[in-house]
Amino acid sequence: MDVSLLLIILLVGAIATFLSGDKWASKIALLFSLAAFGASIYLLNLYNAGQDINFIKPWITIPKIYIALGADGLSMALIVLTTALTPLIIFSSFGNTYAKSKNFYALILFMVFAMVGTFLSADGFLYYIFWELSLIPIYFIALIWGNGNPQSRKKAVVKFFIYTFAGSLFMLVSFIYLYQKTGSFMLSDLIKAQLSTQEQFWIFLGFFLAYAIKIPLIPFHTWQAKVYQKAPAVGTMLLSGIMLKMALYSIIRWQLPIAPQAAKEYLFYLVGLSVAGVIYGSIVALKQKDIKKLLAYSSLAHVGLIAAGCYTMTLDGLRGATLQMIAHGFGVVGLFFAAEIISRRYATGKISQMGGIRIQAPKFTSMFMILVLASVALPGTFNFVGEFELLYSLAQRSVTVCIIGGTTIILGAFYMLRMFQKVMLGDKNEKFFADINFNEGVVMVIIIGVLVFFGLYPKPIIDLITPSLEEVVKIINRI
Amino acid sequence: MYTLIAIAVLGVLCLLAEIFNVRKAIVPVTIIGLLAILGLTVTGLNDSADTYNNMIVSDNFSTPFSCLFIILTVFLIALTPSFHEKQIHKISDFVSIKLFLLTGAVAMVAFGNLAMFFLGIEILSISLYVLAASNRLSLKSNEAGMKYFLMGAFASGFILFGIALIYGAIGSFDMAVIQEAGTSADVEDWFYIGAILLSIGMLFKIAAVPFHFWAPDVYEGSPALTTALMSTLAKVVAMAAFFKLVSAMNVNLPDSSQTALMLISILSMTIGNIMALRQNNVKRMLAYSGISHAGFMLMTLLAVSTSAGILLYYASAYALAGIAAFSVLLYVTKDKDNEDIFNFNGLGKTNPLLAAVLTGALLSMAGIPIFSGFFAKVFLFGQMLNAGHVILVIVAVVNSIISVGYYFKLILAMYTKDATEAAKPVPFVYSAVATAAILLNIAIGLYPSFLLDLLV
Repeated sequence: MDVSLLLIILLVGAIATFLSGDKWASKIALLFSLAAFGASIYLLNLYNAGQDINFIKPWITIPKIYIALGADGLSMALIVLTTALTPLIIFSSFGNTYAKSKNFYALILFMVFAMVGTFLSADGFLYYIFWELSLIPIYFIALIWGNGNPQSRKKAVVKFFIYTFAGSLFMLVSFIYLYQKTGSFMLSDLIKAQLSTQEQFWIFLGFFLAYAIKIPLIPFHTWQAKVYQKAPAVGTMLLSGIMLKMALYSIIRWQLPIAPQAAKEYLFYLVGLSVAGVIYGSIVALKQKDIKKLLAYSSLAHVGLIAAGCYTMTLDGLRGATLQMIAHGFGVVGLFFAAEIISRRYATGKISQMGGIRIQAPKFTSMFMILVLASVALPGTFNFVGEFELLYSLAQRSVTVCIIGGTTIILGAFYMLRMFQKVMLGDKNEKFFADINFNEGVVMVIIIGVLVFFGLYPKPIIDLITPSLEEVVKIINRI
Repeated sequence: MYTLIAIAVLGVLCLLAEIFNVRKAIVPVTIIGLLAILGLTVTGLNDSADTYNNMIVSDNFSTPFSCLFIILTVFLIALTPSFHEKQIHKISDFVSIKLFLLTGAVAMVAFGNLAMFFLGIEILSISLYVLAASNRLSLKSNEAGMKYFLMGAFASGFILFGIALIYGAIGSFDMAVIQEAGTSADVEDWFYIGAILLSIGMLFKIAAVPFHFWAPDVYEGSPALTTALMSTLAKVVAMAAFFKLVSAMNVNLPDSSQTALMLISILSMTIGNIMALRQNNVKRMLAYSGISHAGFMLMTLLAVSTSAGILLYYASAYALAGIAAFSVLLYVTKDKDNEDIFNFNGLGKTNPLLAAVLTGALLSMAGIPIFSGFFAKVFLFGQMLNAGHVILVIVAVVNSIISVGYYFKLILAMYTKDATEAAKPVPFVYSAVATAAILLNIAIGLYPSFLLDLLV
């Protein structure tokens, strides 16, 4: 049994959903996403038992390209994150009705297929194909099923597409250049390439453009807030919960091992840029009047810190980044779902039109509160573990940067709690707000459960990822 | 060799069928005939033979390209009866001209002698002039035919002039002799002048910048099916013939010709793309996008010894996507007097299948995986980096990004605007051809080795 099983399940799921018709599409999609989750847990067990779950077959003879899929602890962690979030995201959409839902759910599963492929690929070319492939479904999901005025939505989505497509093409050129040097696209061969410092710099830059746009780091973030706001809730969750993790994962898996010298030489610029994103995101979030946009900018801040951790290139930085990827994945999906629950009832995203919900919906309020507290990294939540380790790794490189980065917690607490206060508290709102229903509750409880459980007991994840990350650090420090 | 004769005979049979009043059988019989010829050609894939004193050479360059041309012609002929349903009494003409055109096309890749090459290009061009003007009651079509004829006649003149000068320098029309002559001794100066004139003529046929001015007008004026033929089949034929000519003369050409080719390639890509961004007429847009793709394909000429397979792959990817896109365009603009972009509004709702096919075709042209257009670009860029043309690759990448702009304009129109009119019935062949072409496109994307290894 190997990892291709997972891809097959998801692809078959996408096709089956498409064929099943609008009435059954959502259920079929949920079924297949649960099957994929089951399969990934099964594969995780195999991996932990030390079995070989890699899959390699030659694909194209000239140039030499393999269908090479492999998983180590790092990939496994992100795959389980992806397949665990997918059923939650699909289930969370049961409260909405979508026109042509068979296309909608088929696109979701197809996108997850591409994202899982990205996490699994060990061949650079295959990796690039999956990377690009994940862009098409989200483009259509945001374009066709998004909210708001079609014209401005169109603009936002096209900007997003062209930005990310442009970035990826430069990564492709880097890959082709590496192929000319080594005669292979396999990661294990690429890291052996003998590159001069200048070559490393250009290759690093090619990768950097692709990742900096996708994460996004400032100044490449301008597509983000609008797209998060205009995309349907499911699209936003997929983008923020999983898709941007593709870029963070790729930094650890591809960029740093291939061009470590360039990364070391520009370490402080990279960390500085990432931390600047933290400050920028937090300050802009303070000013937002739309709840989804506020969450988008807060996500920008958190992700900036994760990127900073990656670029410190210490074991703690990489580990903290991976932990925080998982924590942020669950947390941000929960928060966007909370925003969606509100907009289902009030049909608006403006914070000024909310308020006074607590009295009408106590259950929802307490769940939302826990998510907000997790997002500001309250000790005892999973986010705290990741954020703490990230800040610790920053301190290893420079205490000043660590202190600046640490403001993210203070600023984060400020704008998140202020948002919570404006949205939930205050006098009873005139508009009726029905408390959370069973379906919505299930999603919320699972997310909160994960965040609290791993906050108190992160050991299984740390044990899973540490050996793989040690391997990565060893490769980075090989010269 | 047999390919050429069989296609010509099929064309004659097609004309005879009209006389014997079996009009209904024309298209099915032709398609079956072409598929049989395709089978015949495929069996000769690994043989090379020359016939008639080296007039016609079938080798592992000409045979794969001939197969591609035959496949494209099958698609185009399948579309013919539905497209010309109002002129069904002339169907034998439309089909037989396309078959003769294919004869010319095959001759243009299987020539062993410049005389044969010129015959091929004239057969192809004359068929195209007729097809461009074939809607005789439309002023635009007449204008297109006239314009194309005048410009094409000039280009043919250049080519002929070039051939004459090359003959003067070498003393032979034979490609093998020409190739030989350059490696052994100094050649006369007018060989280079001849080569330049020949290249100018070919660049005109390919519609590369700065010889592209005829293309948008002619594409817009001609009947849509003819435009489809010009922008897919005719373009890749001219490209393949040019490739063969350059690879035969390459040893003789000075380095400055490389610079000139590079410049033309960059200009074609960039100007084609920038002009395409400004178009509202879909046919014109596809014409300009074709110019930019010609620029991409011209890049292969910078490394002729290694990139024949890549040219075949790029040409197949581009032409199949083009066929798919044009079959949708034929459906959308049926009974319309223009091809403006608003005709595509809401196609995603009224006809999801065709909208999906067109999306796929455009994504392939933009170079997005899993469509073969992506692989074509990757292999091309890899080859160019290998040959040391880093700047060219960077320009090409930037152009790929620009091209997303106008391809997506069409996709957006299909999915975000509301339909202006109710869905109309789709002729079966349109959706069949569109789907088949895009599936073939994806198939060669998934198994690129199949094509690439043919020409090693």
